Amino acid sequence: MTELLALTLALPLLAGALFIVATASTRAALFGFFAFGLFLALAWVALDAVDVALTEAAIGGGATGLLLLRLNGRMRHPVSLGEPAGPRLKIAAGLLAALVTLALGALLLALPEPAPSLAAATVEPLPALGIGNPVTAVLIAYRALDTLLEIVVLLIAVVGLRALGTDRGWGGRPVPWPEGEPSPALVFLARLLIPAGLVFAVYLFWVGADAPGGKFQASTLVAALWLLAIMAGLAPAPCSGGRWTGRALAIGPLAFIVAGTIGIAAAGSFLAWPEPVAKPMIIAVELALAVSIVVALVLLVAGPPERETGR
Amino acid sequence: MIADLLTIVLVSAGAVFFLAGTVGLLRFPDPLSRLHALTKADSLGLGLIALGLVPQAGSVWMALKLLLVWLLVLAGSTAAGQMLARLHRAEAADD
Repeated sequence: MTELLALTLALPLLAGALFIVATASTRAALFGFFAFGLFLALAWVALDAVDVALTEAAIGGGATGLLLLRLNGRMRHPVSLGEPAGPRLKIAAGLLAALVTLALGALLLALPEPAPSLAAATVEPLPALGIGNPVTAVLIAYRALDTLLEIVVLLIAVVGLRALGTDRGWGGRPVPWPEGEPSPALVFLARLLIPAGLVFAVYLFWVGADAPGGKFQASTLVAALWLLAIMAGLAPAPCSGGRWTGRALAIGPLAFIVAGTIGIAAAGSFLAWPEPVAKPMIIAVELALAVSIVVALVLLVAGPPERETGR
Repeated sequence: MIADLLTIVLVSAGAVFFLAGTVGLLRFPDPLSRLHALTKADSLGLGLIALGLVPQAGSVWMALKLLLVWLLVLAGSTAAGQMLARLHRAEAADD
């Protein structure tokens, strides 16, 4: 039964990937990408990786798709990336991709049975952290350094985006989303979804300690709601040079580094959580991280600043 | 027993709507009628399926969550349908 379900889910994935590559219209490819992300998320659910599924649906399909859609809307004239690839290059690229797929498949078949697992070792110290979801524990405790570096990468991306803006727009806001009146249907949808979505985001954030969910998914949801409000003309896009934007972007990494340094003094190493206050410290750091992620994602999707502050 | 029967009838009816909507999406001649077929499948088909799953939900909260999912999708797909139709009209006016 599980195999059958997995196969049924694998088919639309293959078909979707082919459609995205083969379709002539960029817009059709983009909508194909959204559907592809949704099916990928379903496939992760079928594999019992609900945390990954949520992240895929929120960031992989949703936020990235929106980013591409925004980009497509902004590019009125198609940009040529040089000569289109010739048949030889296409065949070579296809062969390389097939080789990688075959190698991955062969590796998968060669895995020892039962597969080596650190699951038991991961679950054992969870009570000390006050966390019930092993995925969250990996993100915030065992591999906290990776999470810290991820948020720093997000910051660097925002800096790079700001550098892409025009001189005149330096420190200003991105180009407004709808050119003209937003559709009344969109305004209605935004008014309906934003309060419901905020409640759900708080739930996702909190439940991440014990069940699939967490700060990344919750922050992406809040960012998506903010973007919805921007698109519906209900909220302004963040001012990239604004005082609050900078502070919001900095607070996450700063809180993480401060907590890590406290870890050196109290627990003996950087990013170690001192046991009696592990849970409250983790929540504080995650809250700070969530603020930074929301602002970074909104800035990234909204695009580089191009008009002057206050217009 | 009656609950299971209700589920089978409602979910099947929902599936029929999805099937009809998909056939309409593939066969109808112009974007507006295709959109019409699609939004009917979305709202009514999903509504029937959600309603059909309510007897299987096990708790009132779960049943309410199912209905909430339906309501949210209803709002989302209706708004998306409106916006796509608007876009189609704007593009048709440009030509």
